[in-house]
Amino acid sequence: MMKPIFRTVRALPLSGRIGLGLVLFWIAIAALAPLIAPYGVGTFVDEEVFSPASARLWLGSDYLGRDVLTRIIWGSRNTVFLALGAALMAVAIGTSVAMLAAIRGGWTDQILCRAMDTLISIPSKIFALVMVAAFGSSMTLLLAIAAFTYTPGNFRISRALAMNLVALDFVQVARARGERSFHIALREMLPNMIHPLLADLGLRFVFVVLLLSGLSFLGLGVQPPHADLGSLVRENISGLSSGALAIVAPAVAIATLTVGANLLIDAIKPGAKT
Amino acid sequence: MSPAAKAASVDVRGLSVHAVRADGSSKAIVEDISFSLPPGEVLALIGESGSGKTTIALAMMGFSRFGGTISAEEIRVGDMRIDQMDEHALTGVRGHRIAYIAQSAAAAFNPSRPIMAQVIEPLLVHGQCSRKAAEAKAITLFRALALPEPETIGSRYPHQVSGGQLQRLMAAMALISDPELVILDEPTTALDVTTQVEVLRTFKSVIAQSGATAIYVSHDLAVVAQVADRIVVLKDGRMCEDGRAGQILEAPANGYTRALLSAARPAARPASQTAAENVLTVSGIHAGYGRVTDGVPAIPVLTNIDFTLKRGATLGVIGESGSGKSTLARVIAGLLPAARGEVRLEGERIAPRMEDRSREQLRRIQLVFQNADTALNPAQTVGQILARPLAFYHGIKGAQAHARVAELLDMIRLPASIMDRRSNELSGGQKQRVNLARAFAAQPDVLLCDEVTSALDTVVGAAILDLIDELRRELGITTVFISHDITTVRAFCDQMLVLYAGTPVELSTRETFAGAVRHPYTRLLVDSVPEMDPEWLAQRAAAERPALAVSPSSGPRSQPLCRFLARCPVAVAGTCDVLPPPVQETAGQRLMCHHTTAQLAAPAPLSEPVAP
Amino acid sequence: MAAAVSRRSPLASLLPLIAKRAASAVLTLFLVSMVVFAISALLPGDAAQESLGQSATPEQIAALRHEMGLDRPGYVRYAEWLTDMLSGDPGQSYVANQPVADIISQRLPNTLMLASVTAVLSVFAALAIGISSAINRGSRLDRALNIVTLSLVAIPEFLVATLGVLVFSVKLLLLPSIALVSEDATWSETLRSMALPVFSLGCIVVAQMARMIRAAVADQLDRSYVEMARLKGVPFSCIITFHVMPNALGPIINAVALSLSYLMGGALIVETIFNFPGLASLMVNAVTSRDIPLLQSCAMIFCATYLVLMLVADVVAILANPRLRA
Repeated sequence: MMKPIFRTVRALPLSGRIGLGLVLFWIAIAALAPLIAPYGVGTFVDEEVFSPASARLWLGSDYLGRDVLTRIIWGSRNTVFLALGAALMAVAIGTSVAMLAAIRGGWTDQILCRAMDTLISIPSKIFALVMVAAFGSSMTLLLAIAAFTYTPGNFRISRALAMNLVALDFVQVARARGERSFHIALREMLPNMIHPLLADLGLRFVFVVLLLSGLSFLGLGVQPPHADLGSLVRENISGLSSGALAIVAPAVAIATLTVGANLLIDAIKPGAKT
Repeated sequence: MSPAAKAASVDVRGLSVHAVRADGSSKAIVEDISFSLPPGEVLALIGESGSGKTTIALAMMGFSRFGGTISAEEIRVGDMRIDQMDEHALTGVRGHRIAYIAQSAAAAFNPSRPIMAQVIEPLLVHGQCSRKAAEAKAITLFRALALPEPETIGSRYPHQVSGGQLQRLMAAMALISDPELVILDEPTTALDVTTQVEVLRTFKSVIAQSGATAIYVSHDLAVVAQVADRIVVLKDGRMCEDGRAGQILEAPANGYTRALLSAARPAARPASQTAAENVLTVSGIHAGYGRVTDGVPAIPVLTNIDFTLKRGATLGVIGESGSGKSTLARVIAGLLPAARGEVRLEGERIAPRMEDRSREQLRRIQLVFQNADTALNPAQTVGQILARPLAFYHGIKGAQAHARVAELLDMIRLPASIMDRRSNELSGGQKQRVNLARAFAAQPDVLLCDEVTSALDTVVGAAILDLIDELRRELGITTVFISHDITTVRAFCDQMLVLYAGTPVELSTRETFAGAVRHPYTRLLVDSVPEMDPEWLAQRAAAERPALAVSPSSGPRSQPLCRFLARCPVAVAGTCDVLPPPVQETAGQRLMCHHTTAQLAAPAPLSEPVAP
Repeated sequence: MAAAVSRRSPLASLLPLIAKRAASAVLTLFLVSMVVFAISALLPGDAAQESLGQSATPEQIAALRHEMGLDRPGYVRYAEWLTDMLSGDPGQSYVANQPVADIISQRLPNTLMLASVTAVLSVFAALAIGISSAINRGSRLDRALNIVTLSLVAIPEFLVATLGVLVFSVKLLLLPSIALVSEDATWSETLRSMALPVFSLGCIVVAQMARMIRAAVADQLDRSYVEMARLKGVPFSCIITFHVMPNALGPIINAVALSLSYLMGGALIVETIFNFPGLASLMVNAVTSRDIPLLQSCAMIFCATYLVLMLVADVVAILANPRLRA
């Protein structure tokens, strides 16, 4: 089991290995936040606000004098897990619906496609804004909103994949054998979609991170006292004119996570070697 | 198109082409190739896929695909040392002194530029003449190549002309610069057999007229026999045999050449042992795509198909691409429900839709798809693929299934160790065997084989055919064998169904099919298959008569006219274009034609159109 | 002569196809309006309940519901809303207490200017980057550009914007950190104040567009007709200009339209950071203040823009493809 994974990693180009490293780093930080954060997430540790980096506060203090490093560690937890959850939900729903559309075909397919085309015609950020305006902004709602926003995108990709597969002879063979649709979807089609679907999951993850941190940056995402990386940038925006680490560090943190994920996806996607 | 006095001789010594693998190491695609060709002669490079024939041909232009490196002691074309030229010099040679005709004209033409611009491009980029002169020259060539509307065909786009025409237009593109050497890369492989003859003939005559030296790449010995002066036989990137065409075809020295030759001429199998009971009965089948009104689909593909097969019998279905051969298999399997008519299995009517058939009925009819690459799920192992029908139809699981899979693999002559491999690790022939084994695993009564050898090399395909023939005899399976390859079908099947545009123009037993009475379309089809005889093409031309200009008279009618009307050389004005063709039945033969069997039996060539 | 005639008539035959696409876009816009209305006006609870608070009696709520028209069925309210939208009167803003149309007409030109300046600049930059990396596939330049664009597409707009401000406004004191757009600003002032927003917005769009353009061109380079052209002795530059580009045009236009539609999302963030008085920041305010009529109008404008972009791309692709022209 470990051997093929090890071999895949060794086959990655340098950029892919850097990406993998960054992604693993942030997942570890997010998972271990309570253990590694040097201070309490809401503890005031410095008299001074926007203090520079020091041996005690590696990334300085924020606009209230809290430790920026601690805030980033806790913030990444929200960012990573919300985004991962939303991306997983979007891919699970999108792919299931796509396979239904591909196998049933006909009217089912047409109606589903029309519905998804409609949703995809609303730019994702605009769609998310309308949803936030309507339903408010709690963690659960953000998760649902982000998942729902990116479902049509995954549907499109999965449906294209599934449609190609349905047309292939081995699916016809299974149909001619008399297999049920469920068996065809699960045994014949899904195993052949896993690779591109993983790449798409990564892509959705990046999109959700960007969407959620964007929303939080606008003050419409994760609400205080909770914080994700985007809201850290927002709450410290007053430090921009002084060039404080408190605003640059969380922004760079998001970028390392998304760029890392993107480098990894680019390295593992089929045909990347050309 | 003045005969070029400057045909080049070709000398190749020690040619190798190496490709760089993903891990940086290099692998020889072809190795140690040497041959020489006097000016004005045609050399054929013969071999199966992967033999390196195209690689060698492209190396004559200093070109290799996917960044391969060409090395040679000498590649001489006329006074040019191709192996010593740099890219800039080569650009000046390509399309000017050496021209190339690609296998698929449909892909080789740029879809978004008019044909004329592409045909005259070689002349313009090499500054050989003005656009106006070039266009005039192109039109002359179009005429010589027997293209319709030579004056205006150039203003069309590639998708607006037929495949055969496009192939000829590509020949015009190659010959327009009066090259000293022309390279033809499987130029007729993508064409239907009837079109192939016409294209082959025009190619042969224009090459002869231009006087250029030519290298003809092909896998088809019979085609090569018509055009080549010399033949080089290749296998796995190495030369097997090199000699005059006559010697290679009549007295091959090399074992592989002999295998190629015998695979191209399959021996007739003995007639099948058939039981008295009818297993498969197809009657009055109409099928197609789109909405069905009154039993006729919006886009009809098949009309009125009838036949009956006894247990153990074989039916060969032949016709050109688009004739509805594969659709017939899909209808019998229930993948495409028939709009009208019925399919009976041992006298019992089965539902047109696969979804309405019982599992047992589905088991008894098994369809083997043409392309094993797509018919096997690449995510499953061979063991999983073969175990599924066992579990699904027979409830065999666990160790018992494992044993049965091993048995099946033994039956198709593959080692049991292959069980854990995935299909993409297998060769083409192995895949097709697994594909077959899956159908046999169901223990069917009826086996539908849809072009099962057309994606395979001749020798591999011949072995698969032997296997199918042996197993179906042993197991007493009724087989429907669909193919565009008449030679194989004739050797293999007890009955022949000839489809033209979805209509069954002829249904004959093997004996009557070999006799003199033939539907005009069958005759055209059979006569179009090239024979290994170099004189065949010339004789064929003499025997041929053009189709009469008979166009169907307009007006509504309840019964359609003969579909072959527009191409029929013996169509009779006033009859064929007015009345639907009657069905004539004699012992062992059913024909759809206005001519009587006596008239159809007239030895070719028919001197005069026969009045009914 | 004959060619000229046969070329004109197919163009006319394209009209039904284009009309069909346009009709499809209109239908989508109609469906989008249903989604927007349903999410913003139908689904979320009861506005009457919300505005009166927990202590209101059921009678009071019922009275207010009647007054607000909430007791009428959803489709009636939707029909009314749609009619108002179509007649150019999207209603009264809850917060600013002035017609939504007025507020939007003040803001829209600013966003259009920001978007069009960014669009023009980024299309040129992206074409240059995309095409040059496609024709130098596998070279160092291509690999470097790949990593750069790959990273840029994954960077949040506010990082580019904040870093831009830090470098150009805080450290170098070159550009203002707030984009003031006023009637009496001079050209150079407007340009300077637009520079950072355009840069922040353009960076990511350029990267996205360049990647898609590279993919479109590279895809064509792998086609058989390119090999054929090489074997005809056509020089590489001519292959790109006369063979590849005509075929890549459709996909390139599509890539450009898709990336430009992304501008709208990016504008939300960038306008907010720079206090740019445009439509996007207006929409963000509408969300914060839950000004539903204003929000709906902004959303519909963005969606309509997206659909128009896609339609234009579609039509250009049809015009560029001789297979569809015939």
